[in-house]
Amino acid sequence: MHTKTLAELSSALQKREISSVELTQYFLERIERYDSQLNAFVTVTSETALSQAQSADDRLKMGDHSALTGIPLAHKDIFCTSGIKTTCGSKMLDNFIAPYSATIVEKCQQAGMVMLGKTNMDEFAMGSSNETSYYGTVKNPWDLQAVPGGSSGGSASVVAARIAPIATGTDTGGSIRQPAALCGLTGLKPTYGLVSRYGMIAFASSLDQGGVLANNAEDTALLLGVMAGFDAKDSTSLDSPPKDYTARLNDSIKGLKIGLPKEYFGEGLDPEVAKVLEASIKTLEQQGAVCQEISLPNMHLSVPVYYIIAPAECSSNLSRYDGVRFGYRCDNPQDLLDMYKRSRGEGFGAEVKRRVMIGTYALSAGYYDAYYLKAQQIRRLISDDFKKAFEQVDVIASPTTPTAAFNFGEKTDDPVSMYLSDIYTIAVNLAGLPGLSMSAGFVNQRPVGLQLIGNYFSEDHLLNIAHQYQQDTDWHTQMPAQFS
Amino acid sequence: MEWETVIGLEVHAQLATKSKIFSGASTAYGAPPNTQACAVDLGLPGVLPVLNQEAVYMAAKFGLAVNAKVSPRSVFARKNYFYPDLPKGYQISQYELPIVEGGQLTIEMDEAEKTIGITRAHLEEDAGKSLHEDFQGLSGIDLNRAGTPLLEIVSEPDMRSAKEAIAYMKKLHSLVRYLEICDGNMQEGSFRCDANVSVRPKGQAEFGTRAELKNLNSFRFVERAINLEVERQIDILESGGQVSQETRLYDAEKNETRSMRAKEEANDYRYFPDPDLLPLVVEEDFLQQTQRDLPELPDEKRQRFTTQYELSTYDAGVLTANRDIADYFEEALQAADCEPKLCANWVMGNLSALLNKSNLEITQSPVSAAHLAGMLRRIADNTISGKIAKQVFEAMWEGESNADQVIEKQGLKQVTNSSKIEQMVDEVIASNPKQLADYRSGKDKLFGFFVGQVMKASKGKANPAQVNELLKKKLAEN
Repeated sequence: MHTKTLAELSSALQKREISSVELTQYFLERIERYDSQLNAFVTVTSETALSQAQSADDRLKMGDHSALTGIPLAHKDIFCTSGIKTTCGSKMLDNFIAPYSATIVEKCQQAGMVMLGKTNMDEFAMGSSNETSYYGTVKNPWDLQAVPGGSSGGSASVVAARIAPIATGTDTGGSIRQPAALCGLTGLKPTYGLVSRYGMIAFASSLDQGGVLANNAEDTALLLGVMAGFDAKDSTSLDSPPKDYTARLNDSIKGLKIGLPKEYFGEGLDPEVAKVLEASIKTLEQQGAVCQEISLPNMHLSVPVYYIIAPAECSSNLSRYDGVRFGYRCDNPQDLLDMYKRSRGEGFGAEVKRRVMIGTYALSAGYYDAYYLKAQQIRRLISDDFKKAFEQVDVIASPTTPTAAFNFGEKTDDPVSMYLSDIYTIAVNLAGLPGLSMSAGFVNQRPVGLQLIGNYFSEDHLLNIAHQYQQDTDWHTQMPAQFS
Repeated sequence: MEWETVIGLEVHAQLATKSKIFSGASTAYGAPPNTQACAVDLGLPGVLPVLNQEAVYMAAKFGLAVNAKVSPRSVFARKNYFYPDLPKGYQISQYELPIVEGGQLTIEMDEAEKTIGITRAHLEEDAGKSLHEDFQGLSGIDLNRAGTPLLEIVSEPDMRSAKEAIAYMKKLHSLVRYLEICDGNMQEGSFRCDANVSVRPKGQAEFGTRAELKNLNSFRFVERAINLEVERQIDILESGGQVSQETRLYDAEKNETRSMRAKEEANDYRYFPDPDLLPLVVEEDFLQQTQRDLPELPDEKRQRFTTQYELSTYDAGVLTANRDIADYFEEALQAADCEPKLCANWVMGNLSALLNKSNLEITQSPVSAAHLAGMLRRIADNTISGKIAKQVFEAMWEGESNADQVIEKQGLKQVTNSSKIEQMVDEVIASNPKQLADYRSGKDKLFGFFVGQVMKASKGKANPAQVNELLKKKLAEN
């Protein structure tokens, strides 16, 4: 069961070869068996899952179902789920139960999907290795010594270990694509505004975007179809017509113009990773794509720009965690200031505090123009680079990460080297473009991802290219031996 | 040395929308604590603001009414600071690009009219309330008010006295109520004012150091606080000191201002554009529609009242200061079809007096405009005299609906039958021989006495003009 694609599961459910309750039980058992090694779930919602599965079966019986009715999934613990704890990987929200569900959680529920649980993540989505979670590190199913990537590390881990068929994630600077790459998955960060942010706990509002971590492009397309769409509760949500993201999957990619940014294949890229990517690009060429070198001249500024804008927004977004109305409050506060200081001091982890401080500094009177404003100007230049590139090519291909998964502890003492693991993914968020990472091979038995960047709203095209690639390769069907 | 006062006002007008500026929760006043605060108002994780169109419409109305520019593009920013009644740790406001820029308002002072510049008006959300009583040393937080839409209206430092400041504030108060964008209720905090006050030697071009006065929630407090502050600053300067830039709180009970925080202690609000809200775009057709929706404004109405009804500037000013009063007046006048001045006198006189006494708005008046008109018609056609009308009016105030019924029931109809009046005149003259003799020997003042006696005899119902005429004739006879 766990080797099947969503389409196969869907067909089995609709033909009544298996019930949703059986399928759900099957995955709950796998979670029970394997998650202790992975630590990928913060909360497993067995009871809710079985009751949702029962309703799904009822719907299937009545013929009142959608393509994904009865299919289990896992949600990143950043999406609020009514009546079920939502922690965002933080001690601050260890006791937080939202009275509402995120729009995408509701949409999945309306589609008849079954929530298995909430996945572990870097605290408030700040991290690239899942080492900042209050709930402990998540292991990479391909190598338990290796990080799964972050911040959607739990979601990546559960899908790679096949203890959930598919999972949601969020991506602020690479938090879907980077763990997808490190865990051998297909991960999609949609165009900013395509997926509602309502009920998704904010890290950096102008960059955050919900998306999918899946085993292949087709699965990704199916779940994206459920998640995407305008939401009146999110003012930055885009009014785009509903789309069937599977419609173009089988299109030929003959004549597809792929741009290879020279800035992305130079210094800093692990030569072994580069070799894997060359081979994957060759496959695409054999399928009819035409590659050309392009330049994105301001890309070297994306990491510094990101580390101004994201912390600035985060410093403000995280002000609401003050111990007054919900979340962690310190014991015996002496006065208001003491309550603020200790609640936040004890409730937040080191990386969150670092970013809150950087952001507070960057927005301060006298520094705002030099940092925040300047960063916004450069952000515009970075967007313009992409705009020019898309006048020449249809999509851009690049590494997703500079290296395959690193080991636990390898970068925790050096934040800057950790930040640089997102060097190829960050610019996509700054420009608001869609980006996809797909498994392209292995280096020392650890997966490597190829990133495809498209123009606004070209998700269906990116999924088409990935799907075509997956027709002629089998990286996406390989499974970590321990969990197969 | 002669000192000049310089005042600028920041008025917070609570917009009369049904729901909050960024959520669907109700804005109604007086609900039990925290019953009108939804997830968005509570600043729970993951929630997002969605701008209330109605608030934009109201801000645009204001902008057009003060001849300001309503910006085609304005931006919501976050003002970051920690306070327990500020749920998100930031207030959504407009900072660099407000929705309204550069307008003006004319005030009428004794000597002349004066134009006060309006620098800007911007949309923002209100905070909640901290409650310090009844919690045994702890504080309670009520977030019902959090997210209520405010229009902050910032004037130029154009006012030169507390009197001018009050005139400006009253004019603004009248305007927002005309526009129906604010209920103007100062006790409930719907219309609040902060004042920036400084003094400078008369003739000096640059401004002195200013203090910001907070918590001025009535016209009277504004006047008192400003005058106190002006005295305080002059005292400091005359004794060789320097005024420091600070925020001062007005304490109405002690009638004093005291320092809240100095400039150095001021928060660094770390403003930046709110990434959860797109820039606010106001389209041209929306503005044109809003312009068409504008009611007749106080100045125009006052002007019209002086020309159309030939009322004095003063009367027209009183009647048009409040749109409801003006509407009442016009409704009554139209129905009564009498002299406008007669109607104006009743609305500004007896009606206003009784309303004030009972603390009622004109919209709550027990005597409707139509019923007042019914009475005015009877004055105009001489059925009753002005004096008797007071009696009729009081009866209507107490619940009698119809003037004619009151007149009928109480037998108040004026006596206009001249033979009847003549009979009463004759009787009065006959029964007061001494006064008659005195009058005839030159005590003209006694004429009033005779009028009084006749009116008394008629129980006030005799037509005074006829009484006068007949008395004059009869007293002069022989």
